[in-house]
Amino acid sequence: MEILELYVFVLAAFVGYMVISRVPSLLHTPLMAATNAISGISLVGSLIAAGSANNRVATLLGFVAVVCATSNIIGGFLITDRMLRMFKSGDKKSVEKPGTH
Amino acid sequence: MRDSLIAGSYLVASVLFILGLRSLTRPDKARRGMQQAAVGMVFAVVGTLLNHTIVDYRWIAAGLVLGVIIGYPMGMWVPMTAMPQRIALSLTLSALAAALVGVAEFYTELANGVVPGRYKMAALGFEVMLGMITVGGTIVAAGKLQEWITSKPVTYKGQNVVNGLVFLGILSLLVYTIVDPAQQWAFYTMIGVSFVFGIMLVIPIGGADMPVVVALLNSYSGLASCATGFAIGNVILLISGSLDGASGFILSILMSKAMNRSFTNVLFGAFGGETTAIAGKSSAGLTVRSIGAEDAAIQLAYAQLVIVIPGYGMAVAQAQHAVRELAEMIEKRGGEVKFAVHPVAGRMPGHMNVLLAEANVPYDKLYDMDEINGEFDRADVALVIGANDVVNPAARNDPGSPIYGMPILNADHAKSVIVLKRGMSAGFAGIENELFYDKRTSMLFGDAKTSLTSLIGEIKNV
Repeated sequence: MEILELYVFVLAAFVGYMVISRVPSLLHTPLMAATNAISGISLVGSLIAAGSANNRVATLLGFVAVVCATSNIIGGFLITDRMLRMFKSGDKKSVEKPGTH
Repeated sequence: MRDSLIAGSYLVASVLFILGLRSLTRPDKARRGMQQAAVGMVFAVVGTLLNHTIVDYRWIAAGLVLGVIIGYPMGMWVPMTAMPQRIALSLTLSALAAALVGVAEFYTELANGVVPGRYKMAALGFEVMLGMITVGGTIVAAGKLQEWITSKPVTYKGQNVVNGLVFLGILSLLVYTIVDPAQQWAFYTMIGVSFVFGIMLVIPIGGADMPVVVALLNSYSGLASCATGFAIGNVILLISGSLDGASGFILSILMSKAMNRSFTNVLFGAFGGETTAIAGKSSAGLTVRSIGAEDAAIQLAYAQLVIVIPGYGMAVAQAQHAVRELAEMIEKRGGEVKFAVHPVAGRMPGHMNVLLAEANVPYDKLYDMDEINGEFDRADVALVIGANDVVNPAARNDPGSPIYGMPILNADHAKSVIVLKRGMSAGFAGIENELFYDKRTSMLFGDAKTSLTSLIGEIKNV
């Protein structure tokens, strides 16, 4: 099991490196916002901690973690979308109208 | 059955995350891709809720609701100019979540009378250590970016030695907890010291170096998620954590390259020392040529090609809309306008691009350094707006200068240069800029937004 996790980690890091090194500097801020949103995945661990009813301390810590992670996911994906909506090409002006939600 | 459902949802989520990040290579596809990544997140969450260890949904529901209430304004109401501190703050939240999960796991194991094995303890230790360093560091970074804390480097004698010793202390605590987890004090002390260390690590770093720091902390927070994945044996945490870590890692390498700093220099946070060193040629005996808005407007109005170089000064003055308006005026008169964006212009990677996109500048007019540098030779005017070190020729020809070797935008190759600047203070690196004394350069002093507004007014009269 432990070695399997190492496999996943190394391969995922490799894929991440390949994919992300091709992101142009134009979109580096949306990239940071996007990875922030994705890092809200710590919600997965938080949910387990908050819902396992092990003891009060773990539940409470898990609850705070759920709040942090959820606000990151919601806020992160929303702000990424808001930013990406702003990036418009000069040729085809009306692909996305500004202000539409 | 349940387990395969969970595994399946994690697989879908991972694929959607990777596709989402991949879509960011194309600005026209990016929005769609990230929306799919958000769907992936829903899969991951629903999958997790099926987990058989979850028996009580009340705290979960409360947490989710509260999270949405906090997250919505963080996503929708934060202005684009506040993006750097917003990013820093969201790193705080994700690192805090990872650290808290680690503590909860540790506490539960010991409360149940189980002493965690070394493998698990190492994962938990790294998770909490990286998480708390990130929390401390990002809080300071956000404070500096919001200017609650001075954005100047805060340094004292022997700082690097003290930081080094504290870090060694953290490592020994980490080893101690791995060897003997039952000694809980070591684990809890490590949490506190890591937090303080995060603060100490970022406090000596000046505002201009923030892009590197934010990127680096991003990779730390990703690694903390990864460690969570190892600790509780969860694949989706491992995958997303590595994606996050890789992104932060790549960005911090790119940023440090763009500032001509070695990566080790970045890792040990020793930027403060260099930035305080004031060196380079002195400006004694040189004079600058000041210009009025009227004359500057004439130059711009008759230019065939204008290359705009935005810097942090543009962000501070919130002048991006005025810049776009000026560019449109020039284009209406038949000139061409391009924007040259240096990788470390501003306070985070890609900062200028977001601000200009917000002001409705089409992205195909934004060029990165390598694309545009060859074009300065045929530019009639290079319009520098609140940028300084990224156009300093000393980086090319003065080996004594602290920024020597840093790749810069070739503004000095343009036929003429107009610099919009508040005053003659040196840039963040504290270095005099020869470009300002060049005979082809004219300085238009004043707040960037005010200057641009008067330029727009004057061009109308030309």
